[in-house]
Amino acid sequence: MARSSQIVPASRVPRPKISPRPPGSSWRIAAWLLGAAMAPGCGGCSRGAHPDDGKIHVVYWEKWSGPEARSLRMVVDAFNRSQNRIVVDCLTVSPIDRKTLVSTAGGDPPDIAGLWAYNIASFADADALTPLDGFMREDGTTPEEWQSRYYPVYRRMMRHAGHVYAAVSTPAMITLHWNKTLFREAGLDPDRPPRTVQELDEYARKLTKRDPKTGDIVQMGFLPQEPGWWPWVFCRWFGGQLFDGKHITLATDPRNIAAMKWVASYTKEYGRDAVTKFASGFAGQFASPQAGFFTGKVAMVFQGVWYNAYIREYKPGLDYGVAPAWPSAVPGIDDFAMAEADVLVIPRGAKHARAAWEFINYISSSNPKAQTREELRGMEVLCYLQEKNSPLQVWSPFFANHHPHPHIDVFRRLSASPHAVYAPDIGIWTEYQRETLAAFAQVRLLLATPEQALGEAQRRLEESWERHRRSLERHGQIAPDESAAPAS
Amino acid sequence: MTKRERRRLFTGLGFVSPWIIGLTLFTAYPVLASLYYSFCDYSILKTPVWCGLANYRELAGDGLFWLSLRNTLFYAGLSVPLGAVVALSLALLLNADVRGKPFFRVVFYLPSIVPVVAASMLWIWIFNGQVGLLNWLLAPLLAPFGLSPPSWLVDPTWAKPALILMSLWGTGNAMVIYLAGLQNVPKELYEAAEIDGASGWRRFWHVTLPQLAPVIYFNVVMSLISALQIFTQAIVMSAAASGGTGTETDGFPARSTLFYTMHLFATAFYDLRMGYASAMAYVLFLIIAGLTWFATRLSRDRMRNVQ
Repeated sequence: MARSSQIVPASRVPRPKISPRPPGSSWRIAAWLLGAAMAPGCGGCSRGAHPDDGKIHVVYWEKWSGPEARSLRMVVDAFNRSQNRIVVDCLTVSPIDRKTLVSTAGGDPPDIAGLWAYNIASFADADALTPLDGFMREDGTTPEEWQSRYYPVYRRMMRHAGHVYAAVSTPAMITLHWNKTLFREAGLDPDRPPRTVQELDEYARKLTKRDPKTGDIVQMGFLPQEPGWWPWVFCRWFGGQLFDGKHITLATDPRNIAAMKWVASYTKEYGRDAVTKFASGFAGQFASPQAGFFTGKVAMVFQGVWYNAYIREYKPGLDYGVAPAWPSAVPGIDDFAMAEADVLVIPRGAKHARAAWEFINYISSSNPKAQTREELRGMEVLCYLQEKNSPLQVWSPFFANHHPHPHIDVFRRLSASPHAVYAPDIGIWTEYQRETLAAFAQVRLLLATPEQALGEAQRRLEESWERHRRSLERHGQIAPDESAAPAS
Repeated sequence: MTKRERRRLFTGLGFVSPWIIGLTLFTAYPVLASLYYSFCDYSILKTPVWCGLANYRELAGDGLFWLSLRNTLFYAGLSVPLGAVVALSLALLLNADVRGKPFFRVVFYLPSIVPVVAASMLWIWIFNGQVGLLNWLLAPLLAPFGLSPPSWLVDPTWAKPALILMSLWGTGNAMVIYLAGLQNVPKELYEAAEIDGASGWRRFWHVTLPQLAPVIYFNVVMSLISALQIFTQAIVMSAAASGGTGTETDGFPARSTLFYTMHLFATAFYDLRMGYASAMAYVLFLIIAGLTWFATRLSRDRMRNVQ
């Protein structure tokens, strides 16, 4: 029980002595708080604060970290040393596509952004990119002339709706890689990759092993879902089209259905549960020593020019080969390949667009006479350091003869192939890609027939494409009957 | 209002101005703007064009909208009650008079402070179909029945249950709140029940549970709101299991983990359809508000009798 003497009325509690504040001080504190609250709104004002060196500072956002970023930074440094007007400040940003988009919408984009090639169409349709054609004309050349230095597949990749929007920064070609040791163990010629789809299936059969006790699969010759990044390319490989320039043709082209039937044939032959269980051990482990190809669980895989660096990192000494092209799936086409690239773009509203273009022009150049490492320039420095193929048609003697990738000749030949394909030039590609991924999974897991899975995807994509066109018309970007893109 | 009063008013407003401005600029404005955009064809960079109810009409016929909603309700419908039962059970165990109680409380709470992405990476390995810890434990248990454990994240039948199982990992927060609630139950109620001859189960059913009703209500509503917005762990795990396809939001495998917020995110930031995504966000808001209202109605009578 509290004693009454402890209870003191609040009015009689002695207050601590506070020194009187000067009149108006609380008002000043309040005003300061108000100012502090307003300050974040001016965050962007300080962005241009660079050392007053009289040079133009170009802000370059790049997605890469690791070896690719180091290569890019070396090229940036070389550009900064090559002249004294412009300084490119390179910053690694992730996720690059969304941040570029939001900063462009906010009116404070970087001067250069390193996107993926498949972003070009949707970003251009969203009015997020600056066409590069004008800069080319200012330099006294036409877009066609400027682009003529590239292999045709990369040339097409940089264009959308009649404009050049991007320049390739990190090119890649993708083809079949095979494990020679597993070929030898299966009694196959280790130096002869499959040349047709039928041979691929036959080799896969010979290379597949099961545990004699449990019947579980312990090794597979080939798995369509490994790595599973580009299921749409199977359709192109079988000769199909995804988009004819006006219409979605995913389910209407019978060759696409044939490709998905081929995908399903693997699950049917080896068993859905057995394949799923087998693949679950290394699903998603492509960049680790546990990847199916590195552990010897999968003998053949479609991978890109980057794979040599991965092998050196995660399975040094692996005896592997790179097929000169994808196994032939269509009579008469024996040089099919897939191209991919990262690209440099100038977002709309970039503050130093002209200076950004000068850097892009520099990185797109080369010294075709280079005889030494020191004489390499622009694109060839980048591709040499990244161990990738150059997208430019002319390779310098040093680049061609001293390239660090032991199979670079294969990728060079594939770059020149008239049957090299890339992601369709369509403004709804992200949606298209998700639809093909879902349809591929349904077909592979035998949850739907190829006709059902592709038919469902086609229906949704037709609606999306129609809606996308309506939106472009609504914003005055295309005339109602205007064709959007070449067939792909 | 005198001059002095007006001065005091402005001084007060000045002091709270950071919060007023913050709320107006960063909460109220975006909320209202997205309501407007939900009636527009809007892709961030272009001027919004008013399209009336077109986005909402399209939602009604969008198969992926319904699929993602079904997936989300399935996840919430199982993870919320399961989470509540596990959290309450742990709280009851940790409320018992046992040795090393503080140690066990820390151990069970610890997972909930692990960042979601780190926890997801850990669970990807636990769910690995061949070398995963979970299947290593399950295989010998299922073998006598001629069964083998599932492939979890790469099997469309088991990918959602895997995420539900993983959600139990973060029940530490709810457990602590239940524990606090248990310690607030008046001892005299237990004494009275014991004198009346109530068994342990009856004491729990007739004393503990009714007394915990407000705490249960709070935890269930909070976990329901959180479950309906499941995003990070789903996107990390489905992207990792699919091998990183670049879109991360296809709900691998075969859209079995395509949750509402993933579909919304893909629509907004990959397809750049901000107007449609805003409409989706408002529908989710209405669903959450409706379910919260329903939960409040259900629990109102029970809570009225709690001391």
